[in-house]
Amino acid sequence: MSVLQALDIGLALLVFAVAAWTIFARGAFAATVGYVVYGLLLSLVWIRLFAVDVALTEAAIGSGVTGILLIGAAARLRGGETAGDERSLSGAARLFTAGLCILVALALAGVVLLLPDQGPSLARQSMQNLAETGLGNPVTAVLIAYRSFDTMLEKVVLVLAVVGVWSLAADRYWGGAPGEARAARPEPTLAFLAQVLAPLGILVGVHIFWVGADEPGGAFQGGAILAAMWMIVMMARLTEAPQTNAFWLRLALVAGPLVFLAAGVAGSIFAGGFFAYPPWLAKPAILFIETFMVLSIAVTLPMLVAGPPRREPRQ
Amino acid sequence: MADFLLATAGVILFTVAVGLVRILSGPGDADRMMAAQLIGTGGIGSLLLIAAATGARGVEDVALGLALLAAFASAAFVNSAAPAEDPDAADGR
Amino acid sequence: MNLLVDLFSIAAIGAGVFFFLAGTVGLLRFPDPLSRLHALTKADNLGLGLIVLGLLPRSESLLAALKLVAIWALVQLAGATAAQLVGRAVRRKGSAA
Repeated sequence: MSVLQALDIGLALLVFAVAAWTIFARGAFAATVGYVVYGLLLSLVWIRLFAVDVALTEAAIGSGVTGILLIGAAARLRGGETAGDERSLSGAARLFTAGLCILVALALAGVVLLLPDQGPSLARQSMQNLAETGLGNPVTAVLIAYRSFDTMLEKVVLVLAVVGVWSLAADRYWGGAPGEARAARPEPTLAFLAQVLAPLGILVGVHIFWVGADEPGGAFQGGAILAAMWMIVMMARLTEAPQTNAFWLRLALVAGPLVFLAAGVAGSIFAGGFFAYPPWLAKPAILFIETFMVLSIAVTLPMLVAGPPRREPRQ
Repeated sequence: MADFLLATAGVILFTVAVGLVRILSGPGDADRMMAAQLIGTGGIGSLLLIAAATGARGVEDVALGLALLAAFASAAFVNSAAPAEDPDAADGR
Repeated sequence: MNLLVDLFSIAAIGAGVFFFLAGTVGLLRFPDPLSRLHALTKADNLGLGLIVLGLLPRSESLLAALKLVAIWALVQLAGATAAQLVGRAVRRKGSAA
């Protein structure tokens, strides 16, 4: 057995162990930390599977956005959590659920292990047509060129999620700001972290977005890092979340899907098909759409984490 | 050389696993926060070594993203632990 | 020349792994959260620093080498800040934070 194989097996076992620990952990906070650790280990697994774009997304979303979201949720639930909540499901139901999950996992493992050596895949065609899109990264080509309609719908789903989160507010808070007000004397350590990280993070986020045309990266990963930077500045209370009825906020939220849809419709007028790009304009159009996608993602994710409005709207 | 790099990546992962066992069972939330820090640093170390050994492209960007977000879980933990406290009042300074 | 670079890398990375191991032993053996925090941050930052030092001569371009140094600097920042934050939380809530 080579060193690489031993490493892969060790990594897989570690992932199993952490997943098992997360399931059996007592208390929401312990399970949340286990989940964040699990996400970080999965990034390593994606790297080993040569899916670097997915690893980047897992790192940005799993340790950044989801970690903050779950930890915040666990903290909010801490007051009402009692040991008695454990008995909500009977032993037989738990056994049945466990059996079902194990069955699904075994079926998936069986399918993957029994895949033929030359599995069904469109990778060759996508690589052959890459030059026409002007991109060097096939993942970005799939996202914004070959399957652009799906990506646009995903961005619409994000907007719907924000609307769903905002609708949880009490009637009188509608239009107000979520989160806490800006602190007069922010906690110094968090403030220092935010003030140093935010400029660097913005640089890295834009770099990862821009480089995604040719190397692993892309709009979603870059936008997620930018979102994380805004979130740390809000967590440090150096700034407060904007009011949810602010026009610029709502415009930024829908800018991504709107520009995407407009490009698709323009494609049907100028390039002969819905979501088609004229070949000489493909890469600039893709980068143009991605810029607005980055903006939308960078604004949507912090709004999702900030939660429903908790203060009455001013004015 | 590649084998050496992979072996050291494996050793770091093993170290992290042992540390995790201790911390994740630790008696307090702070211990569990340290688990996230440990896996963050160890994970970045293993990532860089595996990338140097297998030659995958673009992995430094993943490590950069992980390094940027390494403190986020701790920041969220502290933020949620003391949600609306004024630091001055709490420390009596 | 190549051999010298390889030897340097092996020495630096080996030292880095040693510090990771030492840090974990400290984690296992120290009695309370604050001292465990100390072991964790000191050893892991130095461990990662030595690993980055060992990988620097093997990087493909100046940009990649700068990225490695930036990664180490960010981890230093994150580790130091997280240690402060967690320490403060431990102090506020007692040792069973």
